[in-house]
Amino acid sequence: MNAPDSGLSLEQAPPISVPFRFFLSAPLFLLLAALLLLVSGPQVLLSRWTPALLALTHLITLGFLSMIMIGALMQQLPVVAGAPMRRQLLVAWMVHIPLLAGTLMLVSGLLYSQTALLRLAIFPLGLAFSSFLVAAAGSLSASQVHHATTRAMRFAGTSLALAAGLGITLAGTLGGYFNLPLNELVGLHVGWGLLGWVGLLVMGVAYQVVPMFQLTPAYPARLTRWLGGSVFLLLCGWSLAPQLPLPLATWGTSLTAAGLAIGFALFAGTTLYLHKKRRRKLVDVTLRFWRTGMLSLLAAIALWTTAHLTSAIADDPRYPIALGILFMFGFAISVVIGMLYKIVPFLVWLHLQSRLPRDKPAPNMKQIIPDHGSRRHWWMHMATLLLLLGSMAWPQLVYPAGLSLGLASCMLWLNLLAATRLYRQLAR
Amino acid sequence: METISEYLSSDHHCCDDYFATAEVHAAKRDWAAAAASFEQFRSTMTHHFEMEEHILFPAFEQETGMTQGPTQVMRMEHEQMRELFARMAAAVTAQDADEYAGLSETLLILLQQHNLKEENVLYPMSEQAFGSKGEAVLRQMKEMSTVA
Ligand code: HEM
Ligand SMILES: [Fe+2]
Ligand SMILES: [Fe+2]
Repeated sequence: MNAPDSGLSLEQAPPISVPFRFFLSAPLFLLLAALLLLVSGPQVLLSRWTPALLALTHLITLGFLSMIMIGALMQQLPVVAGAPMRRQLLVAWMVHIPLLAGTLMLVSGLLYSQTALLRLAIFPLGLAFSSFLVAAAGSLSASQVHHATTRAMRFAGTSLALAAGLGITLAGTLGGYFNLPLNELVGLHVGWGLLGWVGLLVMGVAYQVVPMFQLTPAYPARLTRWLGGSVFLLLCGWSLAPQLPLPLATWGTSLTAAGLAIGFALFAGTTLYLHKKRRRKLVDVTLRFWRTGMLSLLAAIALWTTAHLTSAIADDPRYPIALGILFMFGFAISVVIGMLYKIVPFLVWLHLQSRLPRDKPAPNMKQIIPDHGSRRHWWMHMATLLLLLGSMAWPQLVYPAGLSLGLASCMLWLNLLAATRLYRQLAR
Repeated sequence: METISEYLSSDHHCCDDYFATAEVHAAKRDWAAAAASFEQFRSTMTHHFEMEEHILFPAFEQETGMTQGPTQVMRMEHEQMRELFARMAAAVTAQDADEYAGLSETLLILLQQHNLKEENVLYPMSEQAFGSKGEAVLRQMKEMSTVA
């Protein structure tokens, strides 16, 4: 706050090509996930450890979610934290291409059980995440802005470092580099990846964008002050608890896991409550995606809680898969898409209106991505979510689910592409 | 005692309400109501911009010596928003609901980002820079309200 120009310079925003390369690549990975679902059929869902499901998971977590989250952070970090990221264009190249290539290698390595590919994938993925994290840390450490959002972003970045580090260790173990207990590592990897990296980032971003897009009251300061930090500490506790002597280890694990469930339930519940209190009465497509996301998050927590009370559910091989569908598709993907439908048209507008002559106004956001396009996508997204959940009971439904996921990803990609082409045309 | 931050932030809040009302009326194509609430929104916003541009920003520039810094960016964003107001007014006159909705969506994000930057950075910085002179600046802005 003492820095003279913290947070107020437009020069800090990177060129539009920086975030857009990430946004335009991501839907293609979702399309690959749909194809994989169609090709492998109901077998994918036999257990969480089928090669096809592990591949599918990383098409989503790395190819889609991390791809977009990193692109959006490279755009927003300098603005939110008020500190520029140095050499943004170089960083964008050093993150985007390796992430793209590394994800494809990892996914095919997992799918075809090719240990050589798994070993190879470590290098591009390691390069992508370390380049991004170093650049982000540089920007955040120069920042004078300290609020709940930048705090949550720091925690999310640390979680990404741990998740990626553990992922690389896992790939190295499968590839024969190390000899480590796979099961325990996978648990930690999933926890830090999904709850830390994805969950904490969504929280931090929500603090800013939910009030901004829907004109809701702010999140209560009592909540934002401690929630991110508590989730982070609970994740640390949950990771270390198994090292305690026996009865304590079990208690520690259960208590910290319950704490995490309560933390995320509070977040989702507060968000839905704020949506109800919003002053902007229109229901836009972002609101629909975010509500879907928060309800899915609550459903995931309810399922997790039920499984802890009923061993029949906990032992069912479909349980972790259903949990994954609710958390990754229902929650994370929905929220990320909801964000894209605001960020992408706004960035196109912002960059265009500074380039166009005064007598030629930039197209407005709804001319850049028309409502009917994004709304149609939301319906297809809902159909996909329901079909995926339905396939837990009727495995044959994976075929229509795959088809609908494929259509939904094409719709997203075409919507983003149309915005990009409009920009190219006018900015010339 | 009310601070500069509190006074201007609650004015932001008030503008948001008019914004939301105008948007709903335009979406329902109730053009008489849309025109009235849009006019209310626009005049409240314009008055707010003037308080900042004529009183707060010059005082800030004088106290800190920064004339090319944050206030310059804020002025530029006011200009961008004024352009959107003009196009929104034209959309109301033309009774074009789609055009209004698109402009309104665009303005919302621009305006909210702008307000966040002021509330999180510029207003607290100003209060710090003004010290005991803050009261006088606040009074001047309020007097401008009664004259207008
Ligand atoms: C450097 C990047 C990454 C690498 C190299 C990597 C690698 C791996 C490997 C090798 C496995 C275990 C496969 C097995 O046990 O056979 C795994 C599991 C998993 N990874 Fe990653 N991963 C990475 C990033 C991520 C991220 C960022 C997330 C989440 C946001 C994620 C989510 C998961 C999940 C959910 C599983 C477990 C699937 C299950 O338990 O059913 N991974 N990962
Ligand atoms: Fe302003
Ligand atoms: Fe203001």
